[in-house]
Amino acid sequence: MREVAIIGVGMVECGELWEKSLRTIWAGAALAALEDAGVDSVDHITVGCMSPGLFVGQEHLASLLADELGMAGVAATRVESACASGGLALRAGIAEVASGLADVVLVSGVEKMTDVDGADATYALGSAADQEWEGFHGITFPGLYAMMARAHMAHHGTTSRQLAAVAAKNHANGLLNPHAQFHLKVSIDDVLASTMVADPLHLLDCSPITDGAAAVLLMPLARAKDLAGRRPVVRVTGSGMATDTITLANREDLARLRAVELAGERAYTMAGKGPRDIHVAEVHDCFTIAEIMATEALGFFAAGEGGTAAEAGSTALGGKLPINTSGGLKAKGHPVGATGVAQVVEIVTQLRGEAGQRQVSGATVGLTQNMGGSGGSSIVHIMEVE
Amino acid sequence: MFSPARSWREFPQRYRLEAARCTVCGKIHYPPRLVCSACRGRTFETVAMPREGAVVTFTTIHVPPKGFTEQSPLDIAIVELANGVRVMVQVADLPEADELRIGDPVRLEFRRICDDGEAGLIFYGHKAVRAR
Repeated sequence: MREVAIIGVGMVECGELWEKSLRTIWAGAALAALEDAGVDSVDHITVGCMSPGLFVGQEHLASLLADELGMAGVAATRVESACASGGLALRAGIAEVASGLADVVLVSGVEKMTDVDGADATYALGSAADQEWEGFHGITFPGLYAMMARAHMAHHGTTSRQLAAVAAKNHANGLLNPHAQFHLKVSIDDVLASTMVADPLHLLDCSPITDGAAAVLLMPLARAKDLAGRRPVVRVTGSGMATDTITLANREDLARLRAVELAGERAYTMAGKGPRDIHVAEVHDCFTIAEIMATEALGFFAAGEGGTAAEAGSTALGGKLPINTSGGLKAKGHPVGATGVAQVVEIVTQLRGEAGQRQVSGATVGLTQNMGGSGGSSIVHIMEVE
Repeated sequence: MFSPARSWREFPQRYRLEAARCTVCGKIHYPPRLVCSACRGRTFETVAMPREGAVVTFTTIHVPPKGFTEQSPLDIAIVELANGVRVMVQVADLPEADELRIGDPVRLEFRRICDDGEAGLIFYGHKAVRAR
């Protein structure tokens, strides 16, 4: 396999982008990544998008977007793994470059979620759960994570206050990210006082509905070094993916994310690294409990200690291991198909030392963890400065 | 929302709680499947599920999905039945002051789940109620 480098990154501001369509949002991110890399042609485009059919009534997306970039003719692939579609787009792009099928790959993610109303958005997101046997009974995504939160609380004594600490921390980070959907100071008490969505999860425990896109450019390491000049080159050293039962009732342990554990183990093994080698990480905080469970599954904290660590500030900027310096899905926003790529944009920015006020000093090894549905799939990548 | 064919083919599970027991390792699957998730066995026998069980985890949904807005807030739980099978079901008839707890005994009752508008299909299945 050839070594793969990330040479360019780009994203658009996340938010309720009423004036822009899916293709316009996507093209903005794609152009930003191409400009950042100083590259004007690619061999392949991968697109992570969860449900353009339900959100904007559009399928056959990869071809549409290739044309939008003036590149009709290029190979283009859309991949889908619910909210982990972006991470999967990166993995598909890595496979192209590592295998030699393509030299230059534009990896992208996009979701346009605000062209439907809240009920239709809830329905579209719900299609990442087991619709026939669980959705049938009225369960929603906040509901599924609420059930996991309840189990985690029962097993480990995790508290609502610890969940709220995750939201407060990520909103503090979001204040420092110009691309974030919310520039909003949120306290632990604000979270606890916000309306209940699915007990024990409050509104401010949940990530928002977001329009957004992100893109990164991949090429073989040797070529990236020639192109980068004096700028640091970031290499992808580990890629792991795993699945778990989507049907929540069939999980053996509702307080664990088995797909994240497996994807993490695979990525660590490939990179020859362990949890203690990671300097900065973006994890999938679609709900506050998800960040706590992911940090345990990735081995950053022992099982049951993720909540305590979050409340103690271990995962804040300046803490032992800063998590979600971008603001995470919580504050930066969660354009579902774009999220996995946006996580990579943040880690590359950190590893290049270009993260400004939210820079983790001396960060040379970073990790992204993207998750589909309630943990039915997860994709972990490890990146290092060359 | 759903086709009549889908409603019809799910009757054995929705109406009669029919499950499939793997004849190799004994694991019970609800709904039935072609490959056992424990041993990858391919032969099954049809078994009926017990109605009695206990709450494994639960939530109260205050923002219910389409088709369930009249039932808000919606109590819903994962229930482990007496045969070890876990199912996602609504918890019905729970007064607001009555707090559910993990481990609470429940039993499944045949109920209306939701409908597809005034002229559409009505879907039935099972909901949990407190076992007293």
